[in-house]
Amino acid sequence: MTTTRTAPAAAPAAGPKKFRRKNTQGDQGSPRLTPVWTFVAWLATLAFFAPVAWMVLTSFHQEADAATNPPSLLAPFTLDQYELLLGRDITPFLLNSAMASVISTLLVLALSIPAAYALSIKPVEKWTDVMFFFLSTKFLPVIAALLPVYLIVKDAGMLDNVWTLIILYTAMNLPIAVWMMRSFLAEVPKEILEAAEVDGAGLPTVLLRIVGPVAMPGVAATALICFIFSWNEFLFAVNLTATKASTAPVFLVGFITNEGLFLARLCAAATLVSLPVLIAGWAAQDKLVRGLSLGAVK
Amino acid sequence: MTTLTPAPNAVRKDPPHRPGRRESLNKWRRRVPLLPALIFTIIVTQLPFVATLVISTFQWNILKPGERHFTGLSNYAFVFTDERLRAAVLNTVLLTASVVIISVLLGLGLAMLLDRRFPGRGLARTLLITPFLVMPVAAALLWKHAIYNPDYGLLNGTLNAVYRLFGAENGPTIDWLSNSAMPAVIVALVWQWTPFMMLILLAGLQAQPGDVLEAARVDGASARQTFLHITLPHLRQYIELGVLLGTIYVVQTFDAVFTITQGGPGSQTTNLPYEIYLTMFRKYEYGEAAAAGVVVVIGAIAIATFALRTIASLFREEVSR
Repeated sequence: MTTTRTAPAAAPAAGPKKFRRKNTQGDQGSPRLTPVWTFVAWLATLAFFAPVAWMVLTSFHQEADAATNPPSLLAPFTLDQYELLLGRDITPFLLNSAMASVISTLLVLALSIPAAYALSIKPVEKWTDVMFFFLSTKFLPVIAALLPVYLIVKDAGMLDNVWTLIILYTAMNLPIAVWMMRSFLAEVPKEILEAAEVDGAGLPTVLLRIVGPVAMPGVAATALICFIFSWNEFLFAVNLTATKASTAPVFLVGFITNEGLFLARLCAAATLVSLPVLIAGWAAQDKLVRGLSLGAVK
Repeated sequence: MTTLTPAPNAVRKDPPHRPGRRESLNKWRRRVPLLPALIFTIIVTQLPFVATLVISTFQWNILKPGERHFTGLSNYAFVFTDERLRAAVLNTVLLTASVVIISVLLGLGLAMLLDRRFPGRGLARTLLITPFLVMPVAAALLWKHAIYNPDYGLLNGTLNAVYRLFGAENGPTIDWLSNSAMPAVIVALVWQWTPFMMLILLAGLQAQPGDVLEAARVDGASARQTFLHITLPHLRQYIELGVLLGTIYVVQTFDAVFTITQGGPGSQTTNLPYEIYLTMFRKYEYGEAAAAGVVVVIGAIAIATFALRTIASLFREEVSR
């Protein structure tokens, strides 16, 4: 055991976990797939994407063409379903969703950026304990909080109010944001901060000139993740709103029962309500995994 | 109830000495930016659970006003003996375990493919993460109506088309949601969660040091040996992370059950969140719902303890670098 440990060639096998570095060879260095495996990869990709493709395709069909068996893929395209949705009922739901997710995201940023600063750049004592407190709140099942939240909100006369959702979504996303922002702020080089302080730079200068540029991509990524989670939230939205404050997922509840010819309209609605998150998620692909793993995986 | 687990303490203790006034002022100055977030989180996330604990000791059904009174632990006795809840627990375990295990395996396969170069890799990755980005309720409706529907769903429609292709009159009309409700829900959820697992495992694969793989290749290790002895041990913590985070999210599944099956047929697909929801808003048994909620929290603590430990080890590695 001792001889193999000292031999450089065997060292990686002894502890591959310790070598967590990005692949230094870059993208060009990774091996190619053989044609057969390339085919498999694309087959799997298309299989996973097929339901989405089917959803989008159906949303451009007339109801009569959407509900045929076997499916008619080549039916004429129409924008009727979208016109119908936007012309009438879906707009207030989309506006509520936009308001709830945008304002809660801004609140999350306002609370999490200073907190992350106090957890990385000028850390408080026991800052790791604080980090794990934030994280542990994320592991509490939301369903167990639903009843007291419902009762409190009802007593306060805040049922069917977008601000109720805003507060809840802020709390829901704050731990994720704190973890993400801390992992970004931790990348600010300590030496430069110290050098700036020695040179007598004030706090505003340090924040604007040194922390800001490093943190901006982190702020954007955090905002996108928080936006995605608030936009998609369903449990609180469906139980705490009735008519005025209902968000986009609640609009879809009307489609649950199996009556009438509505498949094309359902697909159009599903596409429409998913679109903001699809765009945000595609744009933030590289940062998605960092947010989903609470900053644990880069 | 304040924290789920004692947080791993990675910070060394300061040497014991009486802090001067200036020092304590300095400490508070450091704490100020943290306080708004901390206080907000404590109020909004911890107080409801205290309320749940209190409510769980009451006999409280809003259909019977005036009968609200303290009953001690009798709601818990009900929770632990109720047939429906026991079935819901089993369904939750089955649903969560199947979804997590299948999506980790599929995610691992996809991640290994996407770790290599092939034409259109970037596009393939974008398409593959799409299921995770579709709004969960929209995805559930899509599966329920556009795919599983016996008359015009894509599944039976495709079967029909294939049957006709081979000269048969008509394909079978299978009512997927009545015949195999649980597998139907599982498939829909696996479809949404596989991209999540793939992203975490792909990040793990790409964090593999190229020189180690190169050394293994030079030493004449086969692809299988390299995978078993280098890649898999390296991926272990990423797999753990995926499993644990996935478990925590999938245990809480509400949207899919609410939308696709409403817990049916009968209560075949009723999981704990949906059962608690029914107890709350259909039976109006607040005390029982709260007690069931407390039990779920305890279950979550058990899972979270492992999850926090895994995250803590990744975190310490990062901090110590």
